Amino acid sequence: MRVRLVGLAAILFVLLAASGAAKADDFAVLVGSLAGDSFVEKEKAVGALGALGDPRAIPVLQALTDERLFKSSDGRVVISVTDGGTARVRDAVTGDEIAGVDPNSLGRIIVNNRLRGAIEGALGALTLFSADPAARLTAAQDALRHPSAAEAALLEKAIAAERDPEIRAAMQQSLAAARLMSGSKEERLAAIRALGTTTDPQIKNLLDEFRAAPDTDPELKQVADAALASIGNRLRLVGVAANLFQGISLGSVLLLAAIGLAITFGVMGVINMAHGEMIMLGAYTAYVCQQLFRAFLPTDWIDAYLPVAVPVAFLFAGAVGVALERSVIRFLYGRPLETLLATWGVSLILQQAVRSIFGSPNKEVSNPSWMTGGFDPIGGFTVTWNRLYIIFFCFIVLGGLALILNRTRFGLHMRAVTQNRPMASVMGIRTARVDALTFGLGSGIAGMAGVALSQVGNVSPNLGSIYIVDSFLVVVFGGVGNLMGTLVGALSLGIVNKFLEPVAGAILGKIVVLVAIILFIQRRPRGLFALKGRTAEAEA
Amino acid sequence: MPALSGGQHKSAWSPGFWAAFVICAMVLVLAVPLLNSWVPKDSSAALPDYLVPLLGKYLCYALLALSLDLIWGYAGILSLGHGAFFALGGYCMGMYLMRQIGTRGVYGNPLLPDFMVFLNWKELPWFWWGFDHFAYAAAMVVLVPGLLALVFGWLAFRSRVTGVYLSIITQAMTYALMLAFFRNDMGFGGNNGMTDYKDILGWDVHQPSTRLGLYIASVMALGLGYICCRFITTSKLGRVLLALRDAEGRLRFLGYSVTNAKLLVFTVSAVLAGIAGALYVPQVGIINPSEFSPGNSIEIAIWVSVGGRGTLVGAIVGAVLVNSAKTWLTGAAPETWLFVLGALFVVTTLVFPRGIVGLLRRPIRIRAQAAAPVPAGEQA
Repeated sequence: MRVRLVGLAAILFVLLAASGAAKADDFAVLVGSLAGDSFVEKEKAVGALGALGDPRAIPVLQALTDERLFKSSDGRVVISVTDGGTARVRDAVTGDEIAGVDPNSLGRIIVNNRLRGAIEGALGALTLFSADPAARLTAAQDALRHPSAAEAALLEKAIAAERDPEIRAAMQQSLAAARLMSGSKEERLAAIRALGTTTDPQIKNLLDEFRAAPDTDPELKQVADAALASIGNRLRLVGVAANLFQGISLGSVLLLAAIGLAITFGVMGVINMAHGEMIMLGAYTAYVCQQLFRAFLPTDWIDAYLPVAVPVAFLFAGAVGVALERSVIRFLYGRPLETLLATWGVSLILQQAVRSIFGSPNKEVSNPSWMTGGFDPIGGFTVTWNRLYIIFFCFIVLGGLALILNRTRFGLHMRAVTQNRPMASVMGIRTARVDALTFGLGSGIAGMAGVALSQVGNVSPNLGSIYIVDSFLVVVFGGVGNLMGTLVGALSLGIVNKFLEPVAGAILGKIVVLVAIILFIQRRPRGLFALKGRTAEAEA
Repeated sequence: MPALSGGQHKSAWSPGFWAAFVICAMVLVLAVPLLNSWVPKDSSAALPDYLVPLLGKYLCYALLALSLDLIWGYAGILSLGHGAFFALGGYCMGMYLMRQIGTRGVYGNPLLPDFMVFLNWKELPWFWWGFDHFAYAAAMVVLVPGLLALVFGWLAFRSRVTGVYLSIITQAMTYALMLAFFRNDMGFGGNNGMTDYKDILGWDVHQPSTRLGLYIASVMALGLGYICCRFITTSKLGRVLLALRDAEGRLRFLGYSVTNAKLLVFTVSAVLAGIAGALYVPQVGIINPSEFSPGNSIEIAIWVSVGGRGTLVGAIVGAVLVNSAKTWLTGAAPETWLFVLGALFVVTTLVFPRGIVGLLRRPIRIRAQAAAPVPAGEQA
């Protein structure tokens, strides 16, 4: 038994070694024929090296095109590598360094332009076997552009060797495209079916071309039509999904800008026109944090500036808010129009102050590395990390705020003061303190929103004024004094905006939304989720 | 705010008032041409040519402030979109002036303004028809802002959108208009607006004499606007407006049509703003969409506030003072202007809610304030 096993293993070993040797032999022979004198022979060898699919061929071909490939006096093909001023020589087949070779004894292997073209093609094909996954992926996608029978054979070989599922999928797609152009009828049928499941516009064009060609088999034509229809549906789906994501993203930005306002305007009834400037201050806090991290901390800590900036911005904007409440707003309770004007003045002062300190040009705030890039969930559009994080962040902020309002003592005091100030005061609540803290909370949230906005837009002194009209509309649209309304208002405005954009254009879409809101407020002057009963009257 | 003045004065149309009014108007009409044209140019009392359109501009702003005071000071409607009516009036005048350029434009097209040729338009859009006639343009200056105010006001006041909500939607209105006028394909010159005017009614707009004429027209418009506002505020309607400002609910229950009163005064105010805009454009030589920006509209409120809400004269004083300060400061120390303007907003609302004119009238008002009960509508 054991003997048999050992025997089997021995046979296997021999077989494996033999196949490896055969491959190595092919390679060695082909490399050897590169050193021949005939350009025709060389070209054949280059083409064969490309089709071999052996990554070892890459440095050889590269050296050949760079004229660094030589023939040594003992008939070996060698690559000359200049490394730090000293020339070294490696064996082209094994890659081992050869010591003590006299450079003058080497004969340069000559290339002409025709050969260069062949080398380029072979290198392109070989990239499919490169050790670098990114290069393989690009090569697999590039293969889509020149579908042919030769390409199909290469791709088949590459797929067999490929381990990365993503690259494999790209290769299979290119293979299907190559088969569509060159395969048998069955292969074409299978290829069309496979291509029908993608959303790549390139493939759609390819299929369109295939369908329109006069010599196409009617049966294939029919299948191609079906595949095209399915691609069309998919593309529409992707369009809707992309709009939905962008809409939610815009909605989350609006929501972030409006949550703080939902507190100061919604709960306290204070029209704070300087709200946008609190956002702006938050964004500048992020900028300052980034600069401090860059200046004083090791470079690999830079990604941590953002988590630090969020609480700092909350505290800073919150402190400015408390100061604003104590110095201006508390004298104006019950006079909303005057509050509006005074806070507008404050916003002008803050804007000019920031402009004087930081200058008017936009400041660059970069995404931390974990927020750059994105991923493609269904093929066809990219979900960027920074927008996704902002969506999550905005829901966390909203949830946290709802908890503070409904589950903490401070929240209870806040609601008590807004509902019945004298009674709350009689019950021992320090109303003035609650006012200041509530306003600080709203401003602090605006500051955090500013940090988030610095990740998706420009940081400039008039950052706030961009959002002020929108955020008031969100709060009024959703219904004053109602977090749920703010949420629904922001998201629906964001989504409607993004769905209108392709139809009407960005600016016209925005105008349509504005007019729609103005008309909506006529119908329901107290917003979507209006408070009812006496509270509603008191709000007026 | 009970402390605000306004309302019926027995002496509203007394000979004393007329005398003061006529003297002020004559001074404004006569002094500027005298100092500008008849005093020798090198004398220190001479008014340089460039100051004439500047003064005219202030007067246009004063008329605009007057129109806001009419609705804010008296009816308590703070419109943050009054800049839109002003700009619409300005655009109507701008369109007339563009048509007067004729073949003298860069492209020499007799029918189309330069920016349309540039955008490769082939024919004049329908809404430009008729603007080559001054009478038609003048009618549009009144009709366009008036109609917009009528429709917008009807929608808003009918559904009882009041207070801050009204302010916010008027702001949204001017914001939407700004975005719209920034678009090139709207046919109003996009973000460059309209400029390079040549003639108005056949006179060269750059000639000092034309500018004097425009200045005098501005004085007259302001004077007529003032009389018109004074007439409204001292009439029975004026009393209704005051009641509306102080206790809208009560007035409604007493059987007054609050909606109609507001609508009337809002429309009149918009028309005045439109006229101010139409006079403003030939004097500054350009109209562009930034006139619609919400910030401009809020600034009007501060002119009124500084001068004194609900006093009419205060609006004029405030507009001229604040804008003179602006011209001076943006030239002398541009960085500080926004600080000063911001501080003006804060200080006037906190410390001087009645403005300059209110302060001057203070002794009379204190007694009235003590006697007045706190109106329900003003409670939070």
